[in-house]
Amino acid sequence: MAFDYSAADLDRFREVQQLAYHCAEQVAAWIEPGVTERQATQKLCRCLVAEGVDDFFHVPFAWFGDRTAFRHFHTPLQFFAGSRVLQEGMPYVLDCAPVVDGYTADIGYGGKVGANPVWDRLAQDLKVYRELILREVRARRPLDEVYAAVDAQLAAHGYDNRHQVYPGRVIGHQVTRNTSRAPKGVNLFGFGLRTLQTLGRELISERLHGRSPLWADGRASRHAPTPGLWAVEPHIGFREVGIKFEELLVVTEDEAYWLDDDLPHVRRWTSLEEAAA
Amino acid sequence: MSPVTRRTVHSAGVDLAVFEQGDPAAPTVLLVHGYPDTHRVWDDVAEDLAADHHVVRYDVRGAGESSVPAGRAEYRLELLAADLFAVADAVSPDRPVHVVAHDWGSLQSWEAVTEPGAERRLASYTTMSGPCLDHMGHWIRYRLRRPTPRHLRQLLVQGAHSWYITAFHLPFLAPAGWRLGLARAWPRVLRDLEGVRPRAGHPQPTIRQDAVRGIELYRANMRPTLRNPRERHTEVPVQLITLRRDHYVSPFLSEGLERWVPRLTRRELNATHWSALLEQGPVVAGLVREFTARIESTGQPPAPGEKLVVITGAGSGIGRATALAFGEQGATVVVCDLDQVAAERTAELVTLVGGAGHAYRVDVSDGAAMDAFAQQVATEHGVPDVLVNNAGIGHSGTFLQTTEKEWQRVLDVNLWGVIHGCRAFGALMVARGRGGHIVNLASAAAYLPSKVLAAYATSKAAVLMLSDCLRAELADSGIGVSAICPGIVNTNITRTSTFSGLSASEQTAKQDRAARLYARRGFPPEKVAAEIVKAVRTGKPVVPVTVEAKLARWAGRISPGLLRRAARINAG
Repeated sequence: MAFDYSAADLDRFREVQQLAYHCAEQVAAWIEPGVTERQATQKLCRCLVAEGVDDFFHVPFAWFGDRTAFRHFHTPLQFFAGSRVLQEGMPYVLDCAPVVDGYTADIGYGGKVGANPVWDRLAQDLKVYRELILREVRARRPLDEVYAAVDAQLAAHGYDNRHQVYPGRVIGHQVTRNTSRAPKGVNLFGFGLRTLQTLGRELISERLHGRSPLWADGRASRHAPTPGLWAVEPHIGFREVGIKFEELLVVTEDEAYWLDDDLPHVRRWTSLEEAAA
Repeated sequence: MSPVTRRTVHSAGVDLAVFEQGDPAAPTVLLVHGYPDTHRVWDDVAEDLAADHHVVRYDVRGAGESSVPAGRAEYRLELLAADLFAVADAVSPDRPVHVVAHDWGSLQSWEAVTEPGAERRLASYTTMSGPCLDHMGHWIRYRLRRPTPRHLRQLLVQGAHSWYITAFHLPFLAPAGWRLGLARAWPRVLRDLEGVRPRAGHPQPTIRQDAVRGIELYRANMRPTLRNPRERHTEVPVQLITLRRDHYVSPFLSEGLERWVPRLTRRELNATHWSALLEQGPVVAGLVREFTARIESTGQPPAPGEKLVVITGAGSGIGRATALAFGEQGATVVVCDLDQVAAERTAELVTLVGGAGHAYRVDVSDGAAMDAFAQQVATEHGVPDVLVNNAGIGHSGTFLQTTEKEWQRVLDVNLWGVIHGCRAFGALMVARGRGGHIVNLASAAAYLPSKVLAAYATSKAAVLMLSDCLRAELADSGIGVSAICPGIVNTNITRTSTFSGLSASEQTAKQDRAARLYARRGFPPEKVAAEIVKAVRTGKPVVPVTVEAKLARWAGRISPGLLRRAARINAG
């Protein structure tokens, strides 16, 4: 499969991703102890729609406290925002995937209210994974081996792989321009109808090439990175704290790079490094 | 010896002889003696503490150089507590004092400590071999109301140990006994029953009259207080030192003491009722010093989880999880591993979860290195309370496939590593005399034979037996030994496991296969760590972890033949 996005397409994807992170930051600025997960996702949703979002790849998620690390998750229903109330010192994760004109973003935003030294440490170490994944993909290592390299790094850090809790144990998935004609704004099991249609089509066509649009650690991911756009979401956990980022990775036939480096988590690392210097 | 000055303090109708030594500007410790002693029983402890404390002792009313009260009523606990406050006010009017008490001194100090508002005058209280009579009354009532076999046993055992209290209530008998020879025989009693070597100046020359008058302590207080125990709480931080070989006060008497004393620190000492003070004075002084220093600097007693824990092979897997589990309880964890970077990472995580981590690079199979490591830990952090011999490697191969070199490597790490650890740290723990716990990581393979685990299972079976023998040996020193026997636990032991008779690429393939199997089983090392922490708390001797480990242990008991047959399966 050839890389078939123009510079203009990538700009549109970048805009949607910026928009999504912008909304997440707005919610993060508003969020405070006493807010429930459901209230947070509603706020996020309203914010996105106000910015011109017309569909969702999946419904927005919010996880508070030990739910950021998916502790005691037994059924997929537990992913949906619930009545957990945010308290002082708690970490939280916002995850949303807005679609504008078929251009999809899928982002993850980790934050905390008050002091939480464990979260600080995790947030700092998350940088290692962003660099590791890019390095490995640039070396065109098979995706299941990249997954294993992330696992090895997690073991060295003493953290848990929490993306394995996602359906299919995925650390990432392909994102394409959504061209489905299914009704907008309708979702099934939390995923937009258009998403399901596009993803279904992808799953079948990629399968014929011995590849998968889902990136996990199984046999289906035993292939070099497919050119295209990948939403990559390493989710790491330690004790009761989980954190993730999710952003688009651009993979061309011979190169790979993160679509955008001007994102909240990257800016946080930069300011930390500047403060340390 | 530091000079001792004497003064007299008047309190509620008696003159108390008070003895002071050490720098008066230093924190004051007030030592209260028991029956039938005088302040002289504290000689060793006082001498040691005087180096950095203002040490004050006094003869309680009716004993030694203090004056004798008129009648039995004058021996009531209220007056004894008033004496303590009077001495404290006289020697340290502006600053609260740290009380240390033994035997009857402890009973009367409890009276003072549980007085409302005592925390304003008393900074801390270290108690040995003397419960609060009110707490004791509630302790008995609680057990009589719930006569479970365990409670009944406790009542009977403590009752049997308290025979002399009954004797002291009989007219004529007790005083006559002391007068007619017991006082003269006292050094022999101490030597034969208490393990105290005879020495000049002890017992004190006044023992006969002290012992006879002191009987009033029992007669004036025992029955009324035990019959109508009061609710006595205290905010004073209390350090309870349980003497393991005490013939008079059983360790279980302090069960549930937290109800009355929220800020309670429990310590253990391998000593008899009197040998604690007369043979192990410096050890007791060390415990007191640690406690007073802590209270002086932070105002808070140490939390129950604040232990010193040494864990080998803690750079990953069960070792790291165990380090974190202890760290979460506030322990100081000394982490060692062959991989320095991994050890440092564990130490960092321990600090992150609320403990204090320190990393060292040590090869457990190197005896000299382990000895040096133990010495280093002792100087830099102290003697550990808990040692976890966790470091181990996996190896798979039948007996005939396994080369001599492979055998050596497996035994060197898995068995000799444990031997070196137990030897180096066990000696330190015994010498310190404050008990502790050793945890050895065996395996379900220790009792589950398999033809493809010849070397590994042999090494682990040896660790299990070593633990059994060591437990018997260290029981008298109050050091528990637990062997942990995990089954399939998802750690990186599979990544470092070796296989006999395979090429490098076949090895990697096997390792991957094993790693996948272990990952699929999905038993996290954190659950093993939780079992280890629990074993240290409860002293459970052998702890199989995971269902398969438990089943194998039962199968081995019900039908050893079944396990012998299963051993023939090629499970590699």
